[in-house]
Amino acid sequence: MDPSQDTLDALIAANAALLGLVLAPEWRATVRQSLAVSFRLAALVEDIDLPDEAEPAPVFEA
Amino acid sequence: MSSASQGLQTWATAGAIAAGVASGTHSAERVVAGALERIATLNPTLNAVTAVTRDRALAKARAIDADGRNGRVAGPLAGVPFAVKNLFDVAGLTTVAGSRINRNYPPASADATLIARLEAQGGVLVGALNMGEYAYDFTGENAHDGASRNPHDLDRMTGGSSGGSGGAVAGGLVPIALGSDTNGSIRVPASLCGIFGLKPTYGRLSRAGTFPFVSSLDHLGPLARCVADLALSYDAMQGPDPADPVCTTRQAEPTAHAIARGIEGVRLAVAGDYFRRGAHRESLEAVERVARALGVTREVVLPKAANARAAAYIITATEAAALHLDRIRRVPGDFDPDVRDRLIAGTMIPATFVAKAQKLRRWYRTAILELFRDVDVIIAPATPCSAPTLGQKTIVLDGEELPLRPNLGIFTQPISFIGLPVVAVPIPVEPLPVAVQVIAAPWREDIALRVAYVLESMGVAVAPRPNLSYPDL
Repeated sequence: MDPSQDTLDALIAANAALLGLVLAPEWRATVRQSLAVSFRLAALVEDIDLPDEAEPAPVFEA
Repeated sequence: MSSASQGLQTWATAGAIAAGVASGTHSAERVVAGALERIATLNPTLNAVTAVTRDRALAKARAIDADGRNGRVAGPLAGVPFAVKNLFDVAGLTTVAGSRINRNYPPASADATLIARLEAQGGVLVGALNMGEYAYDFTGENAHDGASRNPHDLDRMTGGSSGGSGGAVAGGLVPIALGSDTNGSIRVPASLCGIFGLKPTYGRLSRAGTFPFVSSLDHLGPLARCVADLALSYDAMQGPDPADPVCTTRQAEPTAHAIARGIEGVRLAVAGDYFRRGAHRESLEAVERVARALGVTREVVLPKAANARAAAYIITATEAAALHLDRIRRVPGDFDPDVRDRLIAGTMIPATFVAKAQKLRRWYRTAILELFRDVDVIIAPATPCSAPTLGQKTIVLDGEELPLRPNLGIFTQPISFIGLPVVAVPIPVEPLPVAVQVIAAPWREDIALRVAYVLESMGVAVAPRPNLSYPDL
């Protein structure tokens, strides 16, 4: 998952408006870089094929 | 005091201090005064300590000495100075958690559970320690308080986010410090500073009275210069605590009496595949030294470790963003910029990824527990490299230049993701030490500590002393 710079910029602008975040222009490049890393790593999460019945672990117990 | 006894006090183990205080050969007040003097002298260089609890510490030490004179039995940590990452509540201090924002919050009304437990056994809190802002950090750098500096090379990172904890212990300020570890924040500074660190099983130690980062991944634990001190402090902190909803209801399972029991019959293996890719020469050499010393020939593959690490990253990014959303809205300019921009990005990750990451977490846990049917301990590098230079922004891993901040934890994240207990053991490779993770099955801290103790006894694992000038006490 490797969204384009334009796609990420659009996502950042829309989410910032929805969430009420005020981003200084000079912050946008590093926010975009961080979000790009997250999407690349999310692709590794998506990659794993799990059955519909797989249970999540939101409250984890070891 | 002679230079020999001065050296003894600076580098004395917690166990030796407590034994000396218990027998009356050491005064707790003198021991604590020595720690305070070292902090005053060395902290301008190391920048490990952000608040000193001088009055409280001296009062506590005097009370311990008075108890001794009155024939009361001393606790197993009698007179042992310790310090805590500044996300722990300390009564009367504001819990800053490495931030500027929290400085406006009222002081804590009580100590965190783990501080109270250490002090109940005779420990003496001497201060709060520098850390990466809100623990979202592997470097030990901090825009507000300045970087923690590595005692072995002042131009290098301590690692984080428990950077002050690493620097204070490696630098000889205190024998024991407490830190937190969400994705590696005890094990990374233990590695870069060349000391021992224990990240217990998720839920083993109470987190009550500490500022959270990612609740479903947050652990607390000790850092020390020897395995016995890790076990001593860990034992003092164990036990249920209703104030932390994920703290286990298991009773304490003491370890200190059994660390020298040896490892006959313990099945050991080295982690292959993912845990060999990206590691620099020194980290691979450290693993090799441990494997050779223990006679480990077996290799195991932790299935889908890269995917597990990715899931830990996604859960961390989103839970942390949710925790701080209001502060990001109100005062974004007051954050450390390196932290703020990651938190902002975290608010924008689709929830579908998070739900999938939580499913992957359970799948991965099942797969790893299956591995532990055939092995008792897995050996893996703690960090991909030794201490980077302060200010360094990127790192080359497996031929690819990547951002440093999130990637120092590539080998720790897949382990804490499912709450496994780990002892980080420092290996004195050149030119700077680096640690190896000794990983056990859930609730088997005892086995990891026994393996670490064997490595220490063989001289393979050691916390090297830095070349700093210590006060003449």
